[in-house]
Amino acid sequence: MIPFSYARASDVQDAIAKGALGGTKFLGGGTNLVDLMRETIERPTGLVDVTGLSSEITETRDGGVMIGAAARNTAVTEHPLIRSRYPALTRAIVAGASAQIRNMATVGGNLMQRTRCTYFYDGEGSHCNKRAPGDGCDALSGFNRSHAILGASDACIAVHPSDMCVALTALDAMVHIEGSDGSRSLPIKDFHRLPGDRPDIETMLQPGDLITAIELPASSIAANSTYRKVRDRASYAFALVSVAAALEIENGNVRDVRIALGGVAHKPWRAERAEAALRGKPAGEAAFLAAAEAELAAARTFEGNAFKVELARRTIVSVLTELSGGAV
Amino acid sequence: MSILENAKQTAQGLFQAGMAKAIAMAPDSWIPGGEPDPLIRERHGHVGRPVSRIDGPLKVSGKAPFAAEFPMEGMVYAALAYSTIAKGRLSSLDTADAEAAPGVVLVMTFRNAPRMQPPPLFLSGAKAAGGDKLPVMQDDRIHWNGQPIALVLAETQEQADHAKSLIRVGYEVEHADIAFAEARDRGTDTAEFMGQPLHDEIGDAEKALQDAAFKIDATYTTPRHNHNPIELHGLTVAWQGDTLRMHDAQQLVAHTAWSMAQVFGLDEKQVVVTSPFVGGGFGSKSMWQHHILAAAGAKLAGRPVRIVLSREGVFRLVGGRSPTEQRVALGADQEGKLTALIHTGVTVKTPHNAMPEPFILPTRSAYAAENVLLDVQKVELDMLGNTFMRAPGEAVGTFALECAMDELAEKLGMDPIELRVRNEPEKDPISGLPFSSRHIVEAYRAGAERFGWSRRNPKPRSVSDGEWLIGMGCATGTYPYYRMPGGAARITLTREGKAIVDIAVHEMGMGTSTVQTQVTADRLGLPMDAITFNYGDSTLPGVIMAGGSQQTAAIGASVIAAHNALIEELLRIAGNDSPLAGLKAKDVGSRNGGLCKLDEPERHETYQSLLARAQRDKVTVEAQPPQPLETMHWSMHSHSAMFCEVKVNKVTGEPRVTRFLGSFDCGRILNPKTATSQFRGGIIMGLGLALMEDTQFDERKGRVMNPSLAEYHVPVHMDVPEIDVIWTDIPDPHAPMGAHGIGEIGITGTGAAVANAIYNATGKRVRDLPITLDKLL
Repeated sequence: MIPFSYARASDVQDAIAKGALGGTKFLGGGTNLVDLMRETIERPTGLVDVTGLSSEITETRDGGVMIGAAARNTAVTEHPLIRSRYPALTRAIVAGASAQIRNMATVGGNLMQRTRCTYFYDGEGSHCNKRAPGDGCDALSGFNRSHAILGASDACIAVHPSDMCVALTALDAMVHIEGSDGSRSLPIKDFHRLPGDRPDIETMLQPGDLITAIELPASSIAANSTYRKVRDRASYAFALVSVAAALEIENGNVRDVRIALGGVAHKPWRAERAEAALRGKPAGEAAFLAAAEAELAAARTFEGNAFKVELARRTIVSVLTELSGGAV
Repeated sequence: MSILENAKQTAQGLFQAGMAKAIAMAPDSWIPGGEPDPLIRERHGHVGRPVSRIDGPLKVSGKAPFAAEFPMEGMVYAALAYSTIAKGRLSSLDTADAEAAPGVVLVMTFRNAPRMQPPPLFLSGAKAAGGDKLPVMQDDRIHWNGQPIALVLAETQEQADHAKSLIRVGYEVEHADIAFAEARDRGTDTAEFMGQPLHDEIGDAEKALQDAAFKIDATYTTPRHNHNPIELHGLTVAWQGDTLRMHDAQQLVAHTAWSMAQVFGLDEKQVVVTSPFVGGGFGSKSMWQHHILAAAGAKLAGRPVRIVLSREGVFRLVGGRSPTEQRVALGADQEGKLTALIHTGVTVKTPHNAMPEPFILPTRSAYAAENVLLDVQKVELDMLGNTFMRAPGEAVGTFALECAMDELAEKLGMDPIELRVRNEPEKDPISGLPFSSRHIVEAYRAGAERFGWSRRNPKPRSVSDGEWLIGMGCATGTYPYYRMPGGAARITLTREGKAIVDIAVHEMGMGTSTVQTQVTADRLGLPMDAITFNYGDSTLPGVIMAGGSQQTAAIGASVIAAHNALIEELLRIAGNDSPLAGLKAKDVGSRNGGLCKLDEPERHETYQSLLARAQRDKVTVEAQPPQPLETMHWSMHSHSAMFCEVKVNKVTGEPRVTRFLGSFDCGRILNPKTATSQFRGGIIMGLGLALMEDTQFDERKGRVMNPSLAEYHVPVHMDVPEIDVIWTDIPDPHAPMGAHGIGEIGITGTGAAVANAIYNATGKRVRDLPITLDKLL
């Protein structure tokens, strides 16, 4: 670990002021950032602890829910508003990490998680464009079983590791951001970036920007939502493929649908093609399969991860079938 | 090898072969264990009771000191920098920034490390403990990706870690042999294990296979595994005058003391290794480079050193299990009798260690086949020296063999248990020796009954529950009874009627101190609270490793020898007024806190009375057991029948184990409570072997890419169902206490039982471990 300064932010403006210094990072629960600092992959010169900022979970005027960025993951999963209106979010969060880590991790921090690509983690022994742009990517012809099948580039095939963000993406969450230029907000599907030729830049945040809250919009569809995570062991493993979805059926037809995929791309993957293919169609396995195919047609696989296409297809169909109340 | 050496080896081989024959032919009574240990008959004592761990309260209250918890005055903390290439030289090594970093006391590299001898390689001598025989930080050569290239000592761990990150390294890369398949295609050599070639032949197995009415012929592959005991490898080490003092995490205290003495040119007695508590060993807690580097650093810095490998560090410098590629071919007649049994294949080692994964070991005594061909070939790669990992050979060998038996049973349309029963050998098929104790059929019958095997549908993919396919499988596990030379024990009996046993053995969590206190109490006729069992200290008698599941037998035989010496000594000092006067040792035993004539128990005198009359405060004896000839006179093994139920998700392929039963035949069980834990632990490790453990060794660079418990998967609690454990409890008449060590048997057979259950559930035969969901889609 490289020596660094540490300060606690007393409020958002204080955080922005303290975070404006180059080399500074905001610290949430530290469950990922501190690990990366120990590995000297992250080398901030200063940390501004923002866990004292808003962690409130409140109902918004229009019936949505606002979650302060400092809310602990566990607090989100336990909140009655979340459990009743956005079940996919609770399911996604409890599918991740361990209880101890969820007790520490914050919602804002979760958005900033970095990939678990083992070449990214191997600071001294491997090439990685995400750590050092232009360095090369050892995963392309190395161990890539857990890597991306959608939206990857020749520079980077890493995946985003979050479960929570996949559910947030399906639920149309908004990310509220405070920066030196004031506040703004972004739909979460636009918050993370695809790797392109700069996989080191993972989000739309500008230097000094602080995530202050996540807002879940009021949604009738969200109550019929779920999250399914497929992994190599029963707990404490990252998703090989995960699916967050919400479905509304009217007179046997898909009135509305949201689908997001995890474990398949550099960002939580909103399956808009699948959604478009499904809207208005008769709900059923044939339509669900066609929707999955529509999304996965663009998949590009590598030696280790070709199975993910079939796995994603099956999991999408299974989740939609479950949400449609039909038998598997 | 010179002609002279060849001739010497041949002569030695002939002598050994002659000896082996003589020992095999000798009357039972000449052999240790020929007269059954009297404790086998003892049924009302402490042995066999589920005594709770003596050290349990210490451990749960955090008061049991582990290797990296011993404080020392002026101690500094260590961090290691590792190479990132597999082979070549250091072209530059800039330590200036590290040396200038806050708190740094020493940066040691090949430039300033003291001159040291290479570690004696384990198995190369009676007390050798080294994981490999490479010189340690003596030159600029790199031999594997992950080799330590610098040791940093600092006032705090954080300072050491930080300074380490400031070291700048340049390499001159040389071609390294890293890829298994390429090396195999270039050619292989017959592997040797403990000085013997891993090759056996009876009849003409290939021809018999060709002619067989029913046959299977398949290739099974198993990956690399790394050791991940919960306690990281660590030690606290200091030079105290001329003595090297090591608080270590060890399963080889005496071996390590001697080996460290060789490295530093010391007398063996100048090295003291203690290891009172160990958080798991499994074969990994032997002597590796961090021992030598920490001691060398302590010497250079003139201060005590604490070194704890990071989890990554354990992957980089503690060897693991090698990959294997195994062929099993079985031929059988209409009745299912094996006519051909072929188990051959290739594994990997390095040029600087002596451990080819001996996967044919379980096959040697498994089945009565008319024609047998067993063979292990090896290739040597530029990698970290691989090593012993829980049931080396048997863990992965039983996977291949027992899957093949399952496949053959299906071909025959026969129940897989019935197939095994029909091929039960009457004597050891390879050595021809009689079995000392083999009740595998009883274990199968009892296990099948309890598990509900009759409910299994033999047709694959025929049982499901919603999204889940359900299946059952079984497999045989086996592990040898070993007892190695080097045993010794000291007993001190006090006038208060207390006994102290001193023996250089180990407690890695399996319950040694508890169980041996029970055994010793019964042997001496004393209550358990009168026994103090001292262990984990290289200055105590014995050169005994906690490995090969042999420690229980080694302690048993050593304490028997010391007890016999104690009886002799007590009779010698008893005097004419003792009721025991004039008796011979062989007619006397320990009962009720003293000695008595065995067939006349009322001729008894307490230890207190004996010592008081002799005006002695204490009597101390030390003795060594006879050489372990019993293993050359009988074929001695533990066995198990493993039963597994799995569910496999139809949608995702996720395999999950839902029930497991281990039915064991391991001689007498000394403590059902600690034994159950050991069996379960072995089975859990076997579940990991079956479903997830997999070292990602990048063959482009020879680098382990998943050196963390986040990416290297072992089972978590949710992966482990309730595991039922039963045993025959039939004593082996030729083993001390009638008992076998049980540390390794649990992992054997488990992988095959899981794979066979998955086949029954899905109809998919996965012959490549681990069985991950992508192989089941």
